[in-house]
Amino acid sequence: MTAQEVRLCSLLLKEHFGEVVEKVGVHLLRSGTLNLRALAHETMTSLDLVKKCLCVLVQHGMSKFGPGRRGPTGPVEYQIICERILYMLRYPRYIYTAKSLYGDTGELVIEEILQRGQMTMSSVVRTVADRLTQNMEDGQSMDYSEVINAFSRLVETHFLQRCPPVDSLEETSSSGTSDAPASKTPQSAQPESNPDCYKLPQIHLSDTEANDKRAKRAKLESTEVCDDEGIYWQVNFERFHLHFKHQAIIAAVASKLDQTSSEIVRTMLRMSEVTTPATAAYTQAVSANEIFRALPTSYNIARPILDQYLTLLVDDPMEFVGKAGDSGGGMFVVSILNKYFNLHRALANLARATLESVVQERFGSRSARIFRLLLRKKHLEQKQVEDFAMIPAKEAKDMLYTLLSENLVQLQEIPKTPDHAPSRTFYLYTVNQLPTARLLLQNCYKTVSNLIERRLFETKENKRLLEKSQRIEAILASLQASGAENTQLAEVEDMITAPERQQLEALRHHINKY
Amino acid sequence: MSGRGRGRSLFTFNVDSLGFGRGDALPSSAQAPSPLYPPMQFRPVPLQTGEEVDYMLALKQELRASSKNLPFHIQPRALKKDVARYSDKYQTGENKHREWTPDWSRLPKELCIKDQKLRKTKTKPVVKNKMKSAAPKELLQKLENLEKKEEENQSEEEEGDEEKKKKSGEEEEPDDAEEYDEEEFEEETDYISSYFDNGEGFGGDSDDNIDEATY
Repeated sequence: MTAQEVRLCSLLLKEHFGEVVEKVGVHLLRSGTLNLRALAHETMTSLDLVKKCLCVLVQHGMSKFGPGRRGPTGPVEYQIICERILYMLRYPRYIYTAKSLYGDTGELVIEEILQRGQMTMSSVVRTVADRLTQNMEDGQSMDYSEVINAFSRLVETHFLQRCPPVDSLEETSSSGTSDAPASKTPQSAQPESNPDCYKLPQIHLSDTEANDKRAKRAKLESTEVCDDEGIYWQVNFERFHLHFKHQAIIAAVASKLDQTSSEIVRTMLRMSEVTTPATAAYTQAVSANEIFRALPTSYNIARPILDQYLTLLVDDPMEFVGKAGDSGGGMFVVSILNKYFNLHRALANLARATLESVVQERFGSRSARIFRLLLRKKHLEQKQVEDFAMIPAKEAKDMLYTLLSENLVQLQEIPKTPDHAPSRTFYLYTVNQLPTARLLLQNCYKTVSNLIERRLFETKENKRLLEKSQRIEAILASLQASGAENTQLAEVEDMITAPERQQLEALRHHINKY
Repeated sequence: MSGRGRGRSLFTFNVDSLGFGRGDALPSSAQAPSPLYPPMQFRPVPLQTGEEVDYMLALKQELRASSKNLPFHIQPRALKKDVARYSDKYQTGENKHREWTPDWSRLPKELCIKDQKLRKTKTKPVVKNKMKSAAPKELLQKLENLEKKEEENQSEEEEGDEEKKKKSGEEEEPDDAEEYDEEEFEEETDYISSYFDNGEGFGGDSDDNIDEATY
């Protein structure tokens, strides 16, 4: 992981879990794998606090543990998962997606699980139902069954999954034998490998109980033991990312071709949503017939038109849709036309488009022209760049060097003679898409870190002002509740002076952007 | 190669190809780091707006605020305050969500030692109390028996008896505590307190060596 990632992780951990967790987490990030004692010693933190921190990190799936290098009898060693911490940045997006797909209930389910890392189904259902009931008018309450319904739909579409079972470490260590290496990392086991990954447990939460008085329920909850004890659920981030990728592809098709073709692509993606693994390069092949049948009738796309669209999609240079083959003979040649998606190529094309637009926005359209030229022609000499881009030589050089110094363009030397003499060497400019994309990602991480730091700074600078405004708001609220007169309210409001108010507004304007 | 004094020949290649004309001066090499906030050539793209973005922004702020109240937000050990302030009372956040017991079966055993320790210290006083409460009963019985015997012998001095009761009860308690302390001590240190090595054993060895040397 890079310095930028560590910095961002540290800020995120601090923001969500406090300073102690940040300290422990960053130390783990820097040193890779450590055992408990070493961690406590090196961070100069008390053992109990370190334990608590590790509990928090493991609970949220941000840390994994396993028997260390000294085998199953050695001390347990801990690792931290950098990507998982960075996912915290996307929490609102996950929640919003759940809301748009499954409504408020789905939103709350995802929100609760994200905030607590892992939960049992019964506790999720109970908390969400309670929260929904609170927001409802008096006398109404949320049925458990409805929440269970939303939950099971999230599981069916793989947005939620069971936490992988933990092999009991104590067993392996007490047996002392050198087991298969597979059991050495009990936590890193892929959740997908568990056959029960998406199997719902039977839980019995009676609805009559939900309709009871709240106080009574609270009493019951403390003693109640549910059937799904020990079965924890977590958010399947891969599935969410797959969804985001699909949305990006659909949007790209819609802007490149038209709405109808994007609906066809959407249908194709939906058909293979659950069956395709998240990292697969292609969706499973589907025939034109199947697509036709799966298309919602509201689109009103006739069969011949669908065929035309599919041909169009296959021929499109963005290569979103590919042809797997036209097997079959005689009359059914067209009907068994298999379509499939080239996901990697589609995403790479999207990434390229993003790169191009970044260059365009930061360095102007003429630099973007040079950049696109290099992307298309792969390797070019300086003279060729000037000529092909049709930009005056001096300006072209200037732009090219700027891009080179920003590392968006790379320079490849090819000497004609072994002495690398510059006069006998080809200097070829090229764009390496993957490293350049990574560079931009790092830049983004840096930007986010800078933003967080800026917000913390601004908040610190204006702490007194913020506190004052909070206090006055509280006073106002209590006055309003007690039915005070308007003049009184205005008097309290005037306690914040005009310049202070301006300052507050400016602050909110700055802070609330992130 | 021939013109050593001319700037151009510093390079073994044609400087023209870099874009510098015949008469142009070469730029001086940069010796300071580039400025922290370089002037921007182009204005940045405006931020995304819209219902979706606003909602996600609000969600993010809400998550950030609520994460402070979850039990996962671990506070560093509270610093000793120099002065007890009146405002302290109002600044401590509500601690109602503080309690959180993870599922220990999903965590390495070593992480929950702390909890066991806590339980230990909690259970110990209970045991103590039980012993205490048990002891006086036996004591009372004993005393009653003694009383009867005494009554047989001497039917007087009832007041003195009562005093005895109190005294013996007081004596019992410290005894109890002492026993207990020893146990705890042994548990913690693993040393047998009765064993003491004053280090003289080494000296004996050396004596032996001397003896051996004389042989």
